[in-house]
Amino acid sequence: MSYVLTCPNCGPREVTDFGFGGEVTTRPSGHPSPRELNTYIYFRRNVAGPQREWWVHRSGCGAWFLAERDTRTNEVKWTALPEDAPGAATPDPVSSGEAR
Amino acid sequence: MRDLFRKRRMWKFSSELKKRYDVVIVGGGAHGLATAHYLAKHGVTDVAILEKGYIGSGAAGRNTTILRSNYKTPEGARFYDASVKLYEGLATELDFNLLFSQCGHLTLAHTDRAMFVMANRAEVNRLEGIDSRLIGPDEVQELAPSMYVGSDTTYPIMGALYHPPGGIIRHDAVVWGFARSAWEAGVELHPYTEVTGLRREGDRITGVETAQGTVEAGTILNCTAGWSSLLCDMAGVQLPITTHILQACVTEPVKRFLDVVVVSSQMHVYISQSDRGEFVMGSEIEPWTTYRMQNTLNFLQDLTRHTLELFPQLERARLLRAWAGLCDLSPDYSPILGRTEVENFHVSAGWGTYGFKAAPIVGKTLAELVATGRTPDLIAPFALERFYEDRLVSELAAAAVSH
Ligand SMILES: Cc1cc2nc3c(=O)[nH]c(=O)nc-3n(C[C@H](O)[C@H](O)[C@H](O)COP(=O)(O)OP(=O)(O)OC[C@H]3O[C@@H](n4cnc5c(N)ncnc54)[C@H](O)[C@@H]3O)c2cc1C
Ligand SMILES: [Zn+2]
Repeated sequence: MSYVLTCPNCGPREVTDFGFGGEVTTRPSGHPSPRELNTYIYFRRNVAGPQREWWVHRSGCGAWFLAERDTRTNEVKWTALPEDAPGAATPDPVSSGEAR
Repeated sequence: MRDLFRKRRMWKFSSELKKRYDVVIVGGGAHGLATAHYLAKHGVTDVAILEKGYIGSGAAGRNTTILRSNYKTPEGARFYDASVKLYEGLATELDFNLLFSQCGHLTLAHTDRAMFVMANRAEVNRLEGIDSRLIGPDEVQELAPSMYVGSDTTYPIMGALYHPPGGIIRHDAVVWGFARSAWEAGVELHPYTEVTGLRREGDRITGVETAQGTVEAGTILNCTAGWSSLLCDMAGVQLPITTHILQACVTEPVKRFLDVVVVSSQMHVYISQSDRGEFVMGSEIEPWTTYRMQNTLNFLQDLTRHTLELFPQLERARLLRAWAGLCDLSPDYSPILGRTEVENFHVSAGWGTYGFKAAPIVGKTLAELVATGRTPDLIAPFALERFYEDRLVSELAAAAVSH
């Protein structure tokens, strides 16, 4: 089964409505070394469990939003616009995910 | 006649784990088993394979068995070609019928751009001595007379990259053949033995934790494909990998009418007819990461729609099964093979949707690395370190979707 995500603007839609932006990553601050930058660009935690991740409502309102999904079950805990997301402040979307 | 129905035991599972092994291989898929087989050739047989499910329960038993070597980069083409060459002699080496048919492989082009990219690929391939060339629609039709190549389709066929040595093999037989060979050489097979943790002291792994106890190992090999990130995490090693599902399905057997493997990245399908007459079909990975191996309805809808454009004859064929398997995708669609920052912990990962064809060469090169301590030239370009240095080996376009 594919699953359903709830766009914060439009409501519940099939996952095929959305683009996946990848797990939330932390952009290195200050003047990162090339190694730190490449780590940020390429390396991923790829957890089996709850994952905070980016989605974009591609076939809808176009908004980027955050979700927490358990990658073992695809159960979506919550979705929220970045400013309403529970927990810490969130960095920018991962570029590689959206390019696909 | 009676012999036909006799159950033959090809290997026995080892019940108890020893305290220590020279080599512990995590993952009982094609790569782990092949590595054990080739390690034995170096005289390294104090080896245990730890597999959390049954032997071949991962992607090794779920793939669509396409073998080919017409990759885009010289490094990739050379590497996969060495693997196909090993596959050509493997049935003899393992004394096991692997049903390998080098029936030829067609990658369809539907745009000028695709024709251009494929012409380029054919040149790279030929420089490596690989049989690969661009052909026009007439030759496509000759090779696949039953395929619809008319211009009134969503994606008319302009030509194809033709790779005569490409083909299909019986994946389960490859798994069983390697497992039997390894077991006969003295390797211990431990199914239903999940690795739950790795003990790291400094830059060495000192213990492998399982539900059945902790074992010591001289060298630990991570051959867990779709699960690679998780095992690496236990060792404190980061990977540039994301895990996705790839889905496939198979029809009931029908009379033979397709002799080549047909792939179209634009239509997101690849199709072959197995020796039993079933049509085996797959598409591309789901874009979101997951460890849940379950099919989606969209997959079946899109795949069957596109397949029927190429093979309208299948309209009434029934689907027997559909399934999903995990794919460990790397940023450049090339593998990650060999050493990590942990001295005695090596990895075989980044196999995406195309790693089955690499099993023999992975086994051979990893075994050489373990036995001699030196990284073979063939796999040097695929070191994990390349991502830290931004030296990618980009197979994008040649590996994505095309298996
Ligand atoms: C639908 C599909 C179609 C494909 N088609 C093709 C194709 O046509 N051609 C091609 O070349 N490739 C194809 N592939 C890719 C190919 O199957 C894989 O890249 C390849 O099989 C991976 O190597 P493996 O066989 O060693 O992996 P696997 O068989 O996945 O082996 C990894 C094993 O590790 C085990 N494991 C994981 N974690 C642990 C742990 N903690 N402890 C113990 N054991 C663990 C798993 O249970 C699994 O059995 C396809 C894949 C899929 C899913
Ligand atoms: Zn929306």
